Amino acid sequence: MSLITYREAMRQAIRDALIRDERVFVMGEDVGHYGGCYAVTLGLLEEFGSERIRDTPLSESTFVGAGIGAALGGMRPIVEVMTVNFSLLALDQIMNNAATLLYMSGGQLNVPLVIRMATGAGRQVAAQHSHSLEGWFAHIPGLRILAPATVEDARGMLWPALNDPDPVLIFEHAMLYNVEGELTDEPAPVDISTAAVRREGSDVTIIAYGGTVRTALGAADQLAGDGIAAEVIDLRCLRPLDTATIVSSVARTHRAVVVDEGWRSGSLSAEVSARITEEVFYDLDAPVARVCSAEVPMPYAKHLEDEAIPQVADVVAAVHQMRS
Amino acid sequence: MTDAGSTPTSGVVTRPADDEHVVHLLREMLRIRRFEERCVELYSRTAIRGFLHLGIGEEACAVGVMEALTPDDAVVATYREHGHALARGLSMRATMAELEGKIEGCSRGRGGSMHLFDASTRFYGGNAIVAGGLPLAVGLALADHLRGRRRVTACFFGDGAVAEGEFHESMNLASLWRLPVLFCCENNLYAMGTALKLTESETDLSLKASSYRIPAWEVDGMDVLAVEEAARQAAEAVRGGGGPHFLEMRTYRFRAHSMYDPDRYREKPEVEGWKERDPIPALVARLSDSGVLAEGDLDRMESEIASEVDDAVAFADAGTFEPLEDLERFVTSETTSGSVVP
Repeated sequence: MSLITYREAMRQAIRDALIRDERVFVMGEDVGHYGGCYAVTLGLLEEFGSERIRDTPLSESTFVGAGIGAALGGMRPIVEVMTVNFSLLALDQIMNNAATLLYMSGGQLNVPLVIRMATGAGRQVAAQHSHSLEGWFAHIPGLRILAPATVEDARGMLWPALNDPDPVLIFEHAMLYNVEGELTDEPAPVDISTAAVRREGSDVTIIAYGGTVRTALGAADQLAGDGIAAEVIDLRCLRPLDTATIVSSVARTHRAVVVDEGWRSGSLSAEVSARITEEVFYDLDAPVARVCSAEVPMPYAKHLEDEAIPQVADVVAAVHQMRS
Repeated sequence: MTDAGSTPTSGVVTRPADDEHVVHLLREMLRIRRFEERCVELYSRTAIRGFLHLGIGEEACAVGVMEALTPDDAVVATYREHGHALARGLSMRATMAELEGKIEGCSRGRGGSMHLFDASTRFYGGNAIVAGGLPLAVGLALADHLRGRRRVTACFFGDGAVAEGEFHESMNLASLWRLPVLFCCENNLYAMGTALKLTESETDLSLKASSYRIPAWEVDGMDVLAVEEAARQAAEAVRGGGGPHFLEMRTYRFRAHSMYDPDRYREKPEVEGWKERDPIPALVARLSDSGVLAEGDLDRMESEIASEVDDAVAFADAGTFEPLEDLERFVTSETTSGSVVP
């Protein structure tokens, strides 16, 4: 075991994929000479050369579309979009082509493409670089949406994603890049279809993903001090959702809090909440609670940003309220 | 012809327009024309629904360009692509069955008129987001570049696409990386119902392409031989490592944009003027004058094509609708590894 950062885990995963499969290449803004906006691809240009580590113009729609075309042409592209807000410039290609071509062609054209991007708030970069829009993408049939929350998943999700015959989007919470975790020296691929129970408990289920898993675990620590045993579920895969893991936990704990850095209205948290009520409504001792971001464009000032996004205290308060 | 683009004439092997070949070109255009005319009838009897965009008048573009491609090359087309599909070699049966929404269609009835696909001929649609196909073509060409394959990706789009950001981004990226794309702009002067001059500050489309250092030139899109000649020159240059090339084919659609379009935005004399330049009668006259088409040859060809269209309609009519339990098939792949189409 060794201690590495989430960033380094992701870099190792990309490097490993480049070594293992010559069809794999990386393209995106500043992935080469700059080393990646978040330094995830630092050093890869020097090791693999400019044919496989391709700096692109600031043309999100076209380099994502070119990734789709290259996947159709037999490659296994890893396309990096700098941040989720920029992915909106490529939404046409993701929605109208990547997610649609297989169905629209009657099963002829699959798109084995991986798109990675940073998501989330916490760095005071305000309303055009801080949102959590992965829930929007999780709305789209044909896509697999992953949210690695641990170094193990950062290291292990990419290879199975590249081996998925269909498009996979990986959302990396920007506040996780510097987080360290223990990783085995010979990491194996992980599954990319199930949720994981990160902490077991019997009194309440806290459901989180990506950046909010740490928030949920922090809340569980505090709640333990209050004599409340919280179970923490990391969704890991936002589409398709692993409903079974969620409902089997809630059926035992009888209470659920969903933590989502996205906005509440029309959100992933709404979807999770709906599935709980659809499947285990009569097991609930209290209405499902949600802790989401305030419905505002993300503000710059730190005190406002902190107030806008889910905090440990918010989750703890939600649990206490539903038990009162 | 524009400054940055120089027509590659030296050292290019072009196929002589022998008589038999010209007759073949005529037949291909006529197949498309008669197919689409039958589509109108089928639309009236509601066998075809949804949007139906006809390329009547524009057949020379599809037929001329396809002649320059090999089976290994790729084609990306638009939503007005019946002609491209047929010229590329999709069967009339599978195409008509698709229009009728049948499982025997080239997209299992999932796509309809706007989304014809055929992996076996590397026909990548059937794209109904204007300019959305250009990045795909750039990517297909990037795959060929990375794998060292000497293949061409021909990408069709209309003049309307030139206003989209994806057009400019794709021109830039294809040129920057010298990717083997043949950009085929079918300039029919209208983006749906709005004239080019009302939407473009610069209406010389080749000039736009050449501003990205892409060799670009115009060709008479109503003359199939001119289109073929230009496409062969361009495709050879692309295949030879010359980077992307751009052809602006000046053409015109004789019918409305779609079956819903009342065609209020064009003056009748303009439409009639272009019909004088219909590529099919022009080629018939040329072949008749030179004695290649003898008395009765054209009738025979028409009769053969009518039989092919009849057969395609009968095939489509006799086809089956996909079972409802298959509604959710192919949202994701049924295989677990590998690309279906390398």
